[in-house]
Amino acid sequence: MKEFLEGAAAIARTVSVCRPAVIAAYPITPQTHIVEELSSLIANGKLKAEFINVESEHSAASCVLGASATGVRVYSSTSSQGLLLMTEVLFNAAGMRLPVVMCCVNRAVSAPINIWNDQQDIMVVRDAGIVLLFAETIQEACDLHIQAFKIAEDPNIMLPCIVNIDGFILSHGYEPVEIPQRELVDKFLPPYNPPYKLDVDNPLTFGPLVGPEWYLETRYAIQETLNNEVKQKIVEVADEFTKIFGRKAFGLYEEYKTDDAETIFVTLGSISGVVKEVVDELRKQNEKVGLLRIISYRPFPTEISKILLKAKRIIVLEKCISLGSKGPVFEDIVSCLYLDAYSNGNKLPFVNNYICGLGGRDVSKEEIIEAYKDKDVFKFIGVKKENLGSFI
Amino acid sequence: MIDEKILLTAGHTGCAGCGQALAARLVIDAAGKNTIVVNNTGCLEVFTTGYPYTSWRVPFIHSLFENAAAVASGVEAALNYLGIKDKVNVIAQAGDGGFADIGLQAFSGLWERGHDVLSICYDNEAYMNTGIQRSGTTPTGTHTSTTPVGKDSVGNIRWKKNLVDIALAHKCVYVATASIHLPIDLQNKVKKALKLKGPKFIYILAVCPLGWGHDPQDSIKVAQLAVETGFWPIVEYENGVLTKVRKLKTILPIEEYFKLQKRFSHLLKEENKHIVELWKQKIKENVEKYNLLES
Repeated sequence: MKEFLEGAAAIARTVSVCRPAVIAAYPITPQTHIVEELSSLIANGKLKAEFINVESEHSAASCVLGASATGVRVYSSTSSQGLLLMTEVLFNAAGMRLPVVMCCVNRAVSAPINIWNDQQDIMVVRDAGIVLLFAETIQEACDLHIQAFKIAEDPNIMLPCIVNIDGFILSHGYEPVEIPQRELVDKFLPPYNPPYKLDVDNPLTFGPLVGPEWYLETRYAIQETLNNEVKQKIVEVADEFTKIFGRKAFGLYEEYKTDDAETIFVTLGSISGVVKEVVDELRKQNEKVGLLRIISYRPFPTEISKILLKAKRIIVLEKCISLGSKGPVFEDIVSCLYLDAYSNGNKLPFVNNYICGLGGRDVSKEEIIEAYKDKDVFKFIGVKKENLGSFI
Repeated sequence: MIDEKILLTAGHTGCAGCGQALAARLVIDAAGKNTIVVNNTGCLEVFTTGYPYTSWRVPFIHSLFENAAAVASGVEAALNYLGIKDKVNVIAQAGDGGFADIGLQAFSGLWERGHDVLSICYDNEAYMNTGIQRSGTTPTGTHTSTTPVGKDSVGNIRWKKNLVDIALAHKCVYVATASIHLPIDLQNKVKKALKLKGPKFIYILAVCPLGWGHDPQDSIKVAQLAVETGFWPIVEYENGVLTKVRKLKTILPIEEYFKLQKRFSHLLKEENKHIVELWKQKIKENVEKYNLLES
């Protein structure tokens, strides 16, 4: 049964049916509603879990790391500066192979302080060895949470997983949502049974000092796991999810009208909804366009090069920028296209990179259509010339 | 041959005469095998866990420099969830840098939230693992690699951060100091603390031959002098009340403590007499505060 729910509340209720044992969080906008709702579920006896009100995000991540190492299912969520403060711990959780599951309610990074949405925050942990999934809708945000636990906690994976949702747009927006039934979730998601844990009957040392003779292999192992086991698991779990819950889970990426597309947009997150409308409008004008929405940004689905190489033009539209370079998603796309084309002798398409929506700036369909028609290689969409004089 | 009863085994790479190695072994042997140890980054973690070896015969986790207290909070919460907290002790331990400086916020959080965890600080009064840099617990007048003695410097000019008072301000149920030259007292304190529910703190002076510049064979003697000169009072608080003080027949001159250690050698020169006077005043305060002298 669908209910009309705020995104944060829907996510919290979904997490609750996944039976986390320890939740730790620190308040930060726009993430707070998720953990407030979880606290309320605990306070009203609807969820049996330990909730730790910590003194910082660094400690929130550290608490769930410690609890995960003790062998229980854990959850946290954060945004922006909070994620940046967690960064050191998240690299550590990945290196220690602990399946911490989190939500990052994506928000701009300070300075200047700005509480609104973009996706610059999560890019800070792009290289940490964490599975990074992006939701387009509130329903998908809920569904990805259930899948995240199953992916992260697989004994052959054991890596953190962060579900990304666009701040305010998905966290505070309302949508008719189906909260998965506990019985179905129990069928889909087995209790967490870690291959190793802190156990007085079988003492192990976690987090040892590792020298040059071993460290390299720890990174090789994470890379192999992400590119093999995780990719495969994401696809399997999506198929199983679709069967059990009767709702489509797309796995690594979603294609929208790409079959005959000469131009393909590439996006992450909720802006994909706007781009789908843009695609429909342009199609009415007989423009052959489509969308490829990346759901799993890490591991990066290099398989998409097969789809993209059929097009003449690719537009990577993203709410993040690697200042001094280009958009991070663009860099990944160009890299996978080049490697595929070089190996197989394909002709490379014209690849454009449009940065938009930083700090919560609205992005309209019209602006996207204009960018499509202008054919710049790289641009910031929506820059106000009259504002520029205020900054160095 | 490894003695099965020893929970922090020989074969680690700690320096000869390391006070922290001895203290950590006394702590874990007193705590027993049903204990999970959470350790901040520092000498202890480095010299006991060089992969693929480990000296720990209990479950041990090291995460980062500043988060042992938060990791331990999570471990405790998980044990509570599993319903086995009463059977398992949790120790969060760190050196002075990891405890009093970079990790203090996390310990403050652990104590304020009232987790059932024993916090241990092994204080060797500087960042020894990175090469003897000054920490917030480095005593006044100490030569370290970042407070070097020179024409315009008498070494570190600040006094030690007072961790005992900080722990008491957090209403820890048990707060005690200990020294490696009093091993039975140290172990009794660990056992006593672990019987109490809630946050507790034991503060141990961990002599460091390398950083302090004394002969490794003098480690116990140096620890003893720290106590007998009134520099490191041995005290015990239960629920905020001072319940026990190790009394001294006489207070030995602080110079006796200084002269065994290179880090203080410059203080014995005439031109640095004012620093020694400052110390004497501080020690007088300790003697009065804890009523250290036997009546």
